Amino acid sequence: MPGRRSDRSGLTMDMMAAGETGDLRASLRRAERARTLRGLGLALPLILFTLVFFVLPIAGMLVKSVQNGPMPDIMPETSALLQAWRSSEPRGVPDEAVFAAFAGELRTASQNRTLPELATRLNFENAGYRSLLMATARRLPDAPVGSWRDTLVGLNPQWGEVAIWAAMGRASPRLTEGYLLAALDHRRDDNDHIQATDASRAVYVTSLLRTLEISAIVTLLCLVLAYPLAYRLATLPESTANLLMILVLLPFWTSLLVRTASWLVILQREGPLNQALQWLGLIDQPLELAFNRPGVIIAMTHVLLPFMVLPIYSVMKGIPSNYMRAATSLGAPFFTAFRRVYFPLSLPGVTAGCLLVFILAIGYYITPLLIGGANDQMVSALIAFLTLQTLNWGLAAALGAVLLVITIALYFIYTRVVGTDGVKLG
Amino acid sequence: MTDAFVTFEKVRKTYDGRSLVVSDLDLEIAKGEFLTMLGPSGSGKTTCLMMLAGFERPTAGRITLAGRPIDGVPPHKRDIGVVFQNYALFPHMTVLENIGFPLSVRKLSAAETERRARTALGMVHLQHLADRKPGQLSGGQQQRVALARALVFEPVLILMDEPLGALDKQLREAMQYEIKHLHERLGVTIVYVTHDQGEALTMSNRVAVFNEGRIQQLSTPKELYEHPQNAFVAGFIGENNAVHGTLRNVAGNTGEVEIPGGLLRCDLLGDRTIGVRKLVSIRPERVRILAEGAAFANVMPARVEEVIYHGDHLRLRLSTMNSTEFIAKVPNAESSRNFIAGQDLRIGCSISDCLALDAPAR
Repeated sequence: MPGRRSDRSGLTMDMMAAGETGDLRASLRRAERARTLRGLGLALPLILFTLVFFVLPIAGMLVKSVQNGPMPDIMPETSALLQAWRSSEPRGVPDEAVFAAFAGELRTASQNRTLPELATRLNFENAGYRSLLMATARRLPDAPVGSWRDTLVGLNPQWGEVAIWAAMGRASPRLTEGYLLAALDHRRDDNDHIQATDASRAVYVTSLLRTLEISAIVTLLCLVLAYPLAYRLATLPESTANLLMILVLLPFWTSLLVRTASWLVILQREGPLNQALQWLGLIDQPLELAFNRPGVIIAMTHVLLPFMVLPIYSVMKGIPSNYMRAATSLGAPFFTAFRRVYFPLSLPGVTAGCLLVFILAIGYYITPLLIGGANDQMVSALIAFLTLQTLNWGLAAALGAVLLVITIALYFIYTRVVGTDGVKLG
Repeated sequence: MTDAFVTFEKVRKTYDGRSLVVSDLDLEIAKGEFLTMLGPSGSGKTTCLMMLAGFERPTAGRITLAGRPIDGVPPHKRDIGVVFQNYALFPHMTVLENIGFPLSVRKLSAAETERRARTALGMVHLQHLADRKPGQLSGGQQQRVALARALVFEPVLILMDEPLGALDKQLREAMQYEIKHLHERLGVTIVYVTHDQGEALTMSNRVAVFNEGRIQQLSTPKELYEHPQNAFVAGFIGENNAVHGTLRNVAGNTGEVEIPGGLLRCDLLGDRTIGVRKLVSIRPERVRILAEGAAFANVMPARVEEVIYHGDHLRLRLSTMNSTEFIAKVPNAESSRNFIAGQDLRIGCSISDCLALDAPAR
């Protein structure tokens, strides 16, 4: 064998020495190019689809999370002056130049009908900003009475407060870290120092932690339920396994909404589950299972179970039955053989299933929304609220970005722990 | 045999409750013996091996090992080394960890495990590959690792299930000698399953030929080849010309069988009733091409249909005794270079080379 191989390499050397290398390489390139192009052609629709509907939206979301809003476009001069003012220390009310620029640009914005947009943005910084801005614009005189400063403060004493100008100052750069800070329950105060948000308004970190906790519990439950099932499926004869597999996949054929609603019916106070348990005499009082966390966990575990079963099953299917027999014949009792041979070989499926379920779980929306308690919502509900109700897309995007970073970080930790070849998706 | 090491007593195995995969098997294997179970696929040989290893339970009957019945002993307590068809090396462990596995599950110290694993690895000449993963080895190397792993815990018995099936021809032959020499050196008892008769003949002390769940013949390779007990064995082991005929006369161990175109004087086996149908088995290499006028025990006219060149020998396809598929093997020597298709000649066979066996029921 080794002799034969060295002969072949000797032949290659001769051909290279004969100066045919250039020709050979060129023709190889030609042959490869056609194949590469054909391969690319087949993959192109998917690549385009992924680019347009996955990569671009994600990139857009990441950009949105640091984009500050319309202030520098609508009030360029004021924005520039306010940024200079922000670097002054200690900070007082801005000087007349800022007031004058603001008054001029406020009138322009009012005429151009761009003011509502700006008002919405400033309202994120300071609730009540919208009415202040609108009222001031309505009553703004053409020329100042004295200084612009006196005029504006005369219209509304709030214009004499540092807080109002600090809020506008935070809105004036093109890029901001404000949304990301807000997503982590922090904010810049009127002197631009980073501070924790008041406990009464700090909802995002709690919600993120709650989301991670629920997702971790669901993932663990799915694993505990799916692993033995997948093992059984993988060791059964093909026909029986296929039949049982259909049962596992059955939930996929029902709409998610229907499944969630069914769980609501089953879990409610007067639902069949409580009635059955009471009839069996296991409980005296009906259990509170709907509109709280246990309900969310039960329903999500059911909905996500197939995503755990499938990768584990496909990996287990590839483990020859010989391995366990070999381990047993070599003297390992069943449990030892399982622990030292079968389990490590099934680990790539476990990793893939856990990642899949966990990542799906942290973004879950419908099920927790319908079954969860009002004060126990996952972060997806907050994101939906921010995008649909308050139109604060920046903060919504920032929450998404934080979730993305957490997911990627977990993935890297996981692959570091189990090794890079330890993940097999599908 | 009173000192039998492994015995099968009236062992039966059925999977569906209707047909027997193994029927009423009796077999005794001596200590230190190399016994091969040979047969076509589905003949029950692998099932026997798996029952011995403990992965299958006999439906009825008893298997004993060193005098003790082993029905109730789980596989991991039988101390039997098994080499599987596709090696079954654990892909996530290195070669050394694979070989050390049976020692570490027996709770040997890490140092002792490694020392003995390295010794076993040396036995199959693969010391330099200790830290590779099985996936990085060639088929032959994997085979050797599997062998070392089955030997390292010094089992009383080694079972091999078609261990060379996945190797190419040259490597297979080299491994045959290696396994044979290991057996001679270590003196362990080996039960070897194969469907390759060449393997069975070269390696074994005794061969059990399986068909339809029964042992057709159990004897030494030489006996098996020279004196097959029935038509199945004759047809399965080596090449064989089968000529159908009717038994006409019996004299001692010799019988005369009437075949199309004459009488063949044969060694007689089985049924000796006059008029019974017999199948005469003649090995191609025992057929002589007779010179003009030479006399022989059995002489038949034949016509050369085809000459096939095989390098070291020639194969002549002859039409004789009502068949056009009669094969004769002739050494490639000076005298045999001038056969041509269409040539008429006379062929001869000695009495002991014509075996009259019972014709299989149609």
